[in-house]
Amino acid sequence: MCLAVPGRILEVEGTKGRVDFNGISREADLTLLPDAEAGDYVLVHAGFAIQRLDEAEARETLKLFGELAEALEQEDADRSDRESS
Amino acid sequence: MTGGIDFAAFRSEPAANALVGRINRLTERAGGTSERPIALMEVCGTHTVAISRFGLRAMLPPGLRLLSGPGCPVCVTPLIEIDRSIAAATMPDVIVATFGDMMRVPGSHRSLESVRADGADVRIVYSPMDALEVARKNPAKLVVFLGVGFETTSPIIAATIVAAAREGISNFTVLPFFKTVPAALDMLAAVPGRPLDGFICPGHVSVIIGSDAYLPVARDRNIPCVVTGFEPLDILAGVVMLLEQVVAIREATGSAGVAVQYSRAVTPEGNTTAQGLMDDVFAVYDAEWRGIGVVPATGQTLSKKYEMFDATKRLEIDVPTPVGESGCICGEIMLGRNLPPDCPHFGAACTPRSPVGPCMVSTEGSCAAFYKYEQGWRSGDPDGTEEK
Repeated sequence: MCLAVPGRILEVEGTKGRVDFNGISREADLTLLPDAEAGDYVLVHAGFAIQRLDEAEARETLKLFGELAEALEQEDADRSDRESS
Repeated sequence: MTGGIDFAAFRSEPAANALVGRINRLTERAGGTSERPIALMEVCGTHTVAISRFGLRAMLPPGLRLLSGPGCPVCVTPLIEIDRSIAAATMPDVIVATFGDMMRVPGSHRSLESVRADGADVRIVYSPMDALEVARKNPAKLVVFLGVGFETTSPIIAATIVAAAREGISNFTVLPFFKTVPAALDMLAAVPGRPLDGFICPGHVSVIIGSDAYLPVARDRNIPCVVTGFEPLDILAGVVMLLEQVVAIREATGSAGVAVQYSRAVTPEGNTTAQGLMDDVFAVYDAEWRGIGVVPATGQTLSKKYEMFDATKRLEIDVPTPVGESGCICGEIMLGRNLPPDCPHFGAACTPRSPVGPCMVSTEGSCAAFYKYEQGWRSGDPDGTEEK
C-alpha cells in the first residue's frame, strides 16, 4: 500500500506535474511538494509526488555498494592467490 | 537535465554478496544463533513483499530472523470497519470509491467485490483525486472514499479533502481508518513472549514523518531503528546498519539510535507540508488494530474543521457484531511471535484464493507474500530446502 515509484518531472503546471516513469509519462499532483521543478526526481504514491529524491545521496549510496563489491572481489582474489600458492 | 540515478544498480549481485558477508560476520559477532536468533522486524507491507520477492530471508544466516510486523494497513483494519464499508456500498445513492486491495477483503458475510457483482456502485481508483472526480461528476450521489493507510497515504487524502472543501464538493466523504506508525512501534517493542533487537523502519512513511519520529522508541526502548529503502541492496544494507547497532549494544560500546539507510528520500524532519495537512485535517484517537487490539494515539479521524467530509457524520452505518475467522493467527504473526508457515491454516484452508484471515487477503500481507514467494521456507530451514 505504501508503494511509491520514482520518476522524473518533465514539466510543472500549477499544482500538477507530468512525470516520466522510465518512458511512460503520467500526471502527478504536486500539492505536497510545492517547490518541485522540472528535472527533479520524485517519489510518486497514489497520484501524488510525496518527496524529491536526492541524486547526490543516491549516488553516494551506490558508490558505497560498489566499494563493498570491489572489496569482496579483492578478498576473493587474495584468497584464491593464497590457495594456489 | 544532467546525471541521473541508475536504479538498476540497487540490485547488483556482487554488492548483495558483499553485504550478506558482512551480515554473516556481524550476526556471529553479536552472538545470534539458530536457538536464539537476532530478531529484526519490518513494519511495512512493501518491505514484506520485497523481502519475500527477492528471497532475502533465504540469504541470511540462521542466527538472524526477519519478523513481519503489522505493516499492511488493510490487514490491520478491524472487521467491523470492513463490514461498515460493505454496508455503505449497499446504501441507495452511495458510491464507494477505494484502492483496489480492499475489494476482496472478506467481511462477516460479504466482500466489496461480491456486493459490486450484485449491483452496488463500488469503484476502484488509483488516487483519491480520482474519487473526487467521481464526486464532481455525480453530484446527486454521496461518494464514500475508504480511508485506509499509514502516514504515506493519509496526507494525500488530507490534500484531497482540502481540495473538496476549496471547490465546495460537498458530496465527497471519507470513511477514516487511518493508522500511524511511531506509537505502534513503541507498543511492538514492549510485546512480551518474543525478543526484538531492531526495527527496519518503513521507508515511505518516514518520507512523510521524518526519521526523528523514531527517536523516542530508540531512546526509551533501547531498540535500534534504521529507515530503509525498498531495493534488495537497501534492505540488506539496512540490516547491516541494524546489526552494527546490536553489536555495539551487546558489547556495551553504544546505545540504540536512529539511522537512515534510505538517505536519498528520507530526512530527519520529513515532508513538513504533508505534516501540516495532517495536523489541519485529522484528529488523533486510540485506534483498534485488527488482531492486536487498541493502540493509544495511533488513529487519525477527521478534525472538527473538516467533519462534514467524514462519512460517519453523513450516513447512519449500523452493522451487527462482526463474525470473524477462527483459528487464524494473523495477530500473533503481526506481533512477531510467529511466521506465516507456523499457522495450521497456511496454504491449506487459507490461500489467497480463499483467505481465512486478513494477512492472506492483501497482496502486502505477510501470509500472502510468504504464500507467493517463500512456500519452501520453514523456521529452522533457512535454505527452504525442506519438502512441504
